[in-house]
Amino acid sequence: MTQLIQELVNGVSLGSTYALLALGLAMVFSILGLINFAHGELVTIGGYTMWALFNHGFPWPAVLVLTLIATTLAAVAMERIAFRPLRGANISTLLITSFAVSFFIQVALQIFVSAQPQGIGVPNWTDTVWHVGDVSLPAVKVVTLAVTVTAVVLLTVFLRRTILGVAMRAAAEDFDTVRLLGVRANVVVVTAFAVSGLLAGVAALLFFASAPGVDSGVGTPLVINAFIGVILGGLGNLYGAVLGGFVLGLATSLLDANLHGTYTQFSQAFALAIVVGILLVRPQGLVGRAEALT
Amino acid sequence: MTARYGPVMAVRNVSLKVGVGEIVALLGANGAGKSTTLACVAGLHRSRHGQIRFDGEDVSRLSPERVLRRGISLTPEGRRLFSTLTVRENLLLGGAARGRRSRNDYGELLSLFPILRERLHQPAALLSGGEQQQLAIARSLMSRPRLLLLDEPTLGLAPMLVRQVLDLIRGLRDEQGLSVLMVDQNVHQALDLCDRGYILRTGEIAATGSPEELRRSREVQAAYLGVA
Repeated sequence: MTQLIQELVNGVSLGSTYALLALGLAMVFSILGLINFAHGELVTIGGYTMWALFNHGFPWPAVLVLTLIATTLAAVAMERIAFRPLRGANISTLLITSFAVSFFIQVALQIFVSAQPQGIGVPNWTDTVWHVGDVSLPAVKVVTLAVTVTAVVLLTVFLRRTILGVAMRAAAEDFDTVRLLGVRANVVVVTAFAVSGLLAGVAALLFFASAPGVDSGVGTPLVINAFIGVILGGLGNLYGAVLGGFVLGLATSLLDANLHGTYTQFSQAFALAIVVGILLVRPQGLVGRAEALT
Repeated sequence: MTARYGPVMAVRNVSLKVGVGEIVALLGANGAGKSTTLACVAGLHRSRHGQIRFDGEDVSRLSPERVLRRGISLTPEGRRLFSTLTVRENLLLGGAARGRRSRNDYGELLSLFPILRERLHQPAALLSGGEQQQLAIARSLMSRPRLLLLDEPTLGLAPMLVRQVLDLIRGLRDEQGLSVLMVDQNVHQALDLCDRGYILRTGEIAATGSPEELRRSREVQAAYLGVA
């Protein structure tokens, strides 16, 4: 029982990272119809920002704020430079553009920053472990879950209580009509990218706090898993993306812990097989609405 | 004004005018170019040639957002409400271009639409057809337009609701001096309501005049009133 709780804690923590990234992906997709595979590079940029700032002796609160600013600005720049000129292009063109942006950032980081993995000097509190009965709770995993829940709650408040948030929910239904009501398309799109960048920044802070090493390709597997979370939750549904991220994180973590020997290396593949099984039963995803895609 | 959809000429050399406080009907069969004309005025579709002037300003190259901010609001065919948003959210979004000012006067607008006040916190998808049409018009009015474009405002409504919607449009003109350009396939009811009308046929204006003149015109009699 203790071991199961331990595995659940690990799974929820991993799922939190996927959920935050999936939420960012889903937000951009719901408005532009674009799955932005360069989203993973925002996490990478967050990681390198943390590495550079900690190396220069910045205090933890400053690193937190500056990392969030860096990923948010990177996401906005991505939209402005790469995606805005292609507004209205078909989905395949946007998808290929996102791969191009992803490769560009990875190579630029290798050339201009470092081709080697770099350790991030995170503060000591990230090693703290709390004990509740026989269960060991790493502080960073508890913080990860708490921050993820808080981020989702704040995002919900933004989407429901502000006119810009309401416009973004409306744009996910019918972007043309939102424009017809006088809402500037660029404001909605830039906000979607900015929010996705902010969420990627939060994910980066939490991810690198528990795995303090960054290289140019670290974002790729994360964004692929987040994408799977989005599909699992139901493409076009923000809360589905969060749920999908958590389910995938839990499945991967539980398989990791319970497979033995060589089979451990197949945990990711088995997790995806479970996802495929779920999608065969619910092709629209766990919370998906079929009409959200049209 | 001339407009195309790819190789298809949808509207050709259409010239029309809407005066202040006037209800003008745009009539014609399916595919005549009525909705395309409205879409061009609203900035949703770019006209190829000609100009659309509003209060002396050329608005033919403006985006839909800018057209709305100039005072032209379109209630599109099929209402295009945000079905998962509540009535209140749909209304607030209608006034988004005016910022916080619109929040203060949406209560005032609701006095025109008492049924919407009762449904404020329900998702738009749960409203009846008539209520949805009222919400679509109310949402357009939230931007305080001077010219309201209505695309098939009574399509699919029960006769009693049709009467309500038409009375509402007339009331908006009489009490607020709103100018209205409306598209309607029901020629009889449109001519009962409008001050002037235009008949479009395959993208061109085939006839124009007062309701009485149009009722007498051979074009209307042959196409709509069953007179050979």
